[in-house]
Amino acid sequence: MTESVPAPPAVGPTSTSSRGTRVLGAVCLVGLAVTGLYAFVVTGPDVRLGNSVRIMYVHVPTVTAAYCLMIANAGFSIYTLWKKSTFADLAAHACAEVGVVMLGLTLVVGAIWGRMTWGAFWVWDARLTTTALLFLMYVGYLAVRGLPAPPRVRATRSAIVGIAAACLIPVVHKSVEWWASLHQNETVLGKVNPNIEGNQYFTLMLSMVVFALVAVWLTIHRFRVLWLTEQLDEVGVDAAIDERRAEHTGVEVGR
Amino acid sequence: MIAAITTNSWWLIILAWVITGVVLAWYAVATIRRGRRLSRQVPPESRRWL
Repeated sequence: MTESVPAPPAVGPTSTSSRGTRVLGAVCLVGLAVTGLYAFVVTGPDVRLGNSVRIMYVHVPTVTAAYCLMIANAGFSIYTLWKKSTFADLAAHACAEVGVVMLGLTLVVGAIWGRMTWGAFWVWDARLTTTALLFLMYVGYLAVRGLPAPPRVRATRSAIVGIAAACLIPVVHKSVEWWASLHQNETVLGKVNPNIEGNQYFTLMLSMVVFALVAVWLTIHRFRVLWLTEQLDEVGVDAAIDERRAEHTGVEVGR
Repeated sequence: MIAAITTNSWWLIILAWVITGVVLAWYAVATIRRGRRLSRQVPPESRRWL
């Protein structure tokens, strides 16, 4: 007869990884490798853009991911104001931070594309200027989050800034139509003549999916880091309260 | 004109991809390392993921 072995004590994960994120991370790595292969080997130069079209396979996906993350930030911000949810507040923070990274990459990679196509890294064009403004607004959002304040006040302040910043996204997107712009029109929705098609279209779609997955993977990890930080702060506050109680009890016993 | 510029600018194309790869890799590694460090300090019941 075998003696039943007691189950080991439950131990939480020792990192921000889980089975789901590990699988997603592996998919992202394979996806990035395949995207690189398509961008540099399978597809050829564009009839108008030449080889600089290969930069578009990074530029368009990063800005699309940034837009999605910033819209998600606004959604979580509204939910934070409505339900006073810590989960939504931290999710909004994670979305904004990864969104800033993606939009920063968009600006840098776009500047390189501009140097190849227009002969200048930067021009005060409507699309470029509004995108830079959007980037600065989300940097401001992260700065507001860093200001010393009670968690509830910080959540409310940053949610308002997040919602306000998201109002600029349609302006950025439509800037090429509303103002005379050097920047080309919408590539994916077929407003560029000639339309993107064939391998170029497939590569662009593939890169958009892969970068979206990378953004999701990064956001999940960043959210978990923020969650751990929040838990650590609570543990610190609890410990401080216990310490104060112990001091108080000690004084009373001493009397 | 554009084709002439792009033919001689492969290094800019590579630079764009390298910057993207390095920034994303650096951010991912920094986030994961920070998560590991914090996980050691937080009680197990507070770090359960789906």
